[in-house]
Amino acid sequence: MSFIAFLICFPFIVAALLFLTKNDTIRRVIVILSAIAITAVALIFSISGIVNNACLEYLEDTHTIDQIMIIGELAILLLIIITSLKYKKYFVILLAITQTSLIIWFEEFGYKSHEKIVHIFSDRFTNIMCLVIAVVGCMICVYALGYMKDYHKHHKEYVDRRPMFFTLLFVFLGAMFGLVFSNNLIWMYFFWEITSVCSYLLIGYTKTNIAINNSFKALWMNLLGGLGFAIAIVYLGFNHDIVSLQQLVASHGTLIAVSLLAFAGLTKSAQMPFSGWLLGAMVAPTPTSALLHSATMVNAGVYLLLRLSPLMEGNLAGIMVSLIGGFTFFATSMIAISQSDAKKVLAYSTISNLGLITACAGGGNAETTWAGILLLIFHAVSKSLLFQSVGAVENETGSRDIEDMHGLIVRYPHLAYIMLIGICGMFLAPFGMLISKWAALKAFIDTGNMILVLLIAFGSATTMFYWTKWLAKLISVSHRSKIHPDRTESTEWFSLISHAVLVVVLCLVFPFVSMGLVEPLVTEMFELDIPVIISKGNMIIMIIMLCMIIILPVAVRILTSKTRYKKEISYMGGINTGDDRGFVDSFGDHKDMYLSNWYMNDYFGEHKIFNISLWLSSGIIIILMVLTIGGAF
Amino acid sequence: MAKLKKSPWIIHYDGSSCNGCDIEVLACLTPLYDVERFGVINTGNPKHADILLITGGINAQNKKVVEQIYQQMPEPKVVVAVGICAYNGGIFKECYNILGGVDKVIPVDIYVPGCAARPESIIDGVVQAVDLLEMKQDYFEKNGISYNKAMKNKNESNKENES
Amino acid sequence: MLEVILRGLVFIIAAPFVGGLLSGIDRKITARMQGRRGPSIFQSFYDVRKLLSKQVLIVNSLQHMLVWGFLIFVVFTGVLFFAGEDILLVIFSLTTAVMFMVMASYSVNSPFSAMGSQRELIQMMSYEPMLLISAVGFYMATGTFNIKGIMQANIPAIVYLPGVFAGFLYILTVKLGKSPFDLSNSHHAHQEMVKGITTEMSGSVFALIEIAHWYENVFLLGIVGLFIVSNQWWSWIIAGIVILITFFLEILIDNTSARVKWDVMLKTVWAITLVVGGINIFILDIIR
Repeated sequence: MSFIAFLICFPFIVAALLFLTKNDTIRRVIVILSAIAITAVALIFSISGIVNNACLEYLEDTHTIDQIMIIGELAILLLIIITSLKYKKYFVILLAITQTSLIIWFEEFGYKSHEKIVHIFSDRFTNIMCLVIAVVGCMICVYALGYMKDYHKHHKEYVDRRPMFFTLLFVFLGAMFGLVFSNNLIWMYFFWEITSVCSYLLIGYTKTNIAINNSFKALWMNLLGGLGFAIAIVYLGFNHDIVSLQQLVASHGTLIAVSLLAFAGLTKSAQMPFSGWLLGAMVAPTPTSALLHSATMVNAGVYLLLRLSPLMEGNLAGIMVSLIGGFTFFATSMIAISQSDAKKVLAYSTISNLGLITACAGGGNAETTWAGILLLIFHAVSKSLLFQSVGAVENETGSRDIEDMHGLIVRYPHLAYIMLIGICGMFLAPFGMLISKWAALKAFIDTGNMILVLLIAFGSATTMFYWTKWLAKLISVSHRSKIHPDRTESTEWFSLISHAVLVVVLCLVFPFVSMGLVEPLVTEMFELDIPVIISKGNMIIMIIMLCMIIILPVAVRILTSKTRYKKEISYMGGINTGDDRGFVDSFGDHKDMYLSNWYMNDYFGEHKIFNISLWLSSGIIIILMVLTIGGAF
Repeated sequence: MAKLKKSPWIIHYDGSSCNGCDIEVLACLTPLYDVERFGVINTGNPKHADILLITGGINAQNKKVVEQIYQQMPEPKVVVAVGICAYNGGIFKECYNILGGVDKVIPVDIYVPGCAARPESIIDGVVQAVDLLEMKQDYFEKNGISYNKAMKNKNESNKENES
Repeated sequence: MLEVILRGLVFIIAAPFVGGLLSGIDRKITARMQGRRGPSIFQSFYDVRKLLSKQVLIVNSLQHMLVWGFLIFVVFTGVLFFAGEDILLVIFSLTTAVMFMVMASYSVNSPFSAMGSQRELIQMMSYEPMLLISAVGFYMATGTFNIKGIMQANIPAIVYLPGVFAGFLYILTVKLGKSPFDLSNSHHAHQEMVKGITTEMSGSVFALIEIAHWYENVFLLGIVGLFIVSNQWWSWIIAGIVILITFFLEILIDNTSARVKWDVMLKTVWAITLVVGGINIFILDIIR
């Protein structure tokens, strides 16, 4: 218990400390020390939990804590009201007041459960989430130290509000720990709201007009999800005498509540039609994006969905979630093709990846859930790595456009290698998305969900397109480019390198993660022995593939050591000016050559696809929600 | 060993010409002459080519282009100058911008006569070029230095001796 | 295990001969269709032997490594296929191989290769869904992704998958780089993109690509055969005949059509995939 209490409370204490710290050096020390402490505790706790197969539950008299939470909720409400009034966003107030009053009314005057329930619990899934949040989240905090220093050096126009920034990062971590450890839905809702508000504040960090607008977009979308959550809690409490997650998972016939909770999960994991907020989140400094996209915010959404997945097998809620997920996977991966801003590509790819996880969760059977959890782990680490490396490149070159990353491998070789590892970890066979696509395809065929099979088949093609062209851009070698001095901060390097190592190690030990961690977890969730999803033989083949990729550079060096090379400029119809960077034009002058990737804006542009997808997905959600609610009554 | 004999790949460049020879070179690919039966491919890419077929003379503007294309061909390589313009500028010889035949800028191995050169003679030139390719390859394997380079070195040392 | 290794070895050794011969026959038939005599059917071997003996011009040292990656993964794909492993794994391995090729040709920073590699990517994006749907079709028809299992079916897969087979033939044209879909790499000179994706590869590096294509072609025709074979011995003969007919049809199409733009390719391939492949697996799901 003390470990859990530490993990939840300590980040909040650190946050309070950081809020008061104005000095850079002291902040640095606090952040690094507390990051180490949190990671260490989380490691000890989770690993011992995994090894001992501990399933901890805590019954408590929680009256005081409940009171504190109510005060906290009121404080959040107040904060929202004040800022909304300031920026004249009145509809947000309406949403916030409705749900907070709903919850407070329910807690104080509404239904009280007869039996005492478990408020805090932890099983394998919480252990996994705890590891992801602690390891990835803390490294992002460390990375932020160096990044924010550079950021304010480059962007003098923004007010330096770093104490605030780091406070929010740690509050975020604390809230995430709280969210995954809570069993009581009201507690979960409380932490859910904290993450919403935190992301809102982080997105609005720069206080520019666009940042404010985007932050409110994030706020109202997440509050809408929160409203769904609140209604689900009240509904469950009154109709089914259920207030905890465990009870819910064990229950039957709670379809309406499940679809309301799933709705909340969809908003938080930025699925269509709620993708807008995550795209808008890009305006914030990179650590925010890294945190929102990988370890925290969006993971909270898919965490909830995956928790609920045993309840979604073959019913309307499951159909809604898997359809929305599969559709999002395909639609956003198409839009990602047309984007050249690296952060935007990453944002779309996050949404698309989460779409696949969501589809897996909605599949509602053991295989897809297995795939979804594995993808969640891989995605969190690789995406965090990618965001950080893009941030580092932006601080170096002043641009985060993929077109400007041409030949990065010559100019900033180290950053380029890190980015390569990140991209490969995201999607390159043998690992990354492959296993989840595999399991998902198989499961959806077995359950006869052919629309999803098609969506995955097309989505995997588009996904491959935008990642490969980015990869290609990085390794394009232009002659006579020089290595530029790399001024990336040491804290950034620490985080980047640990992430890269983590990605590679994860890929290598993937069978053990699957066998030792995810398979027993899924067995536990579905209370049945899951079939062999990827046979041992195939596992070995995948390891061979991975080893081939790793050994390739060395092997080829040896194989080709005797080849006589002659370096020669590239062919440009005989008018190469001699350094591969330009050609002679018809006036006999030098003309610079510029090689661009294909974006195909006329086919895959945001303007072509985004709005249609919004309407379509809203339609799916509305129809299925109405069907669910109407059918159940 | 005859490694090159059966697969001579060609790049064709047309300099300052009336396009007569140019057309005749392409005529070699037609069913009537079918140069592909010798394994010839018109690659259009110097990096894949063994034989450089040049029609037309060299002018101030294409000098560098010809040089670059020649330089971008891998060893061993052979240059075939097709037609009278490629030999010395032909009918355009007296023009203000003509520098002369192809051998003004790159070493030519084989001259194919004619104005315009007939496809038969072009094919004959290519077949002779194939033998020359073999010779150059053998020279390289024996001496460890490419034939063209050796000749260049020899010419330079001769010049030095003369002066 | 021993059998798997043996099958793999047989593929590694035999495939280049078969592939090279097929490519020679291709050129011969093409020539005959155009009223020419054409080269010897061993021409492809002569070409590769010559390329191996020539000097290698490179733009950077990265490209050689990536081309090796392409070859190794193509061979690996074929080995997996002929050893009777999982068909999804085979497809993923093939995708990885093509990505190596794309990166190799983009790394040279040359306009023609860059254009070729982007087009290759488009090609890959267009045929990938159909490839996956073929695998899905096999699974639905025979109940397994395992190629060995698919071959032991009582009824050949094509009976259930006529639509998927048609769709697969359509993308086979893209995959073999035949006109009208020879966007990324031209077999003939005087095109707007020189030699596209292989423009900057010369000598033995180019030979590696040729050899890889031999392996790839054998593997692709193997998939055609997989639609036909069942546990009856005579189905193998029919499979052989179907493969030969397919191969001839591809050459015929190559010689009778002009190259299309990439958007036409993308649209038609996706439409065919969706209509023919999609409807086929939907029906299969209903009657199952």
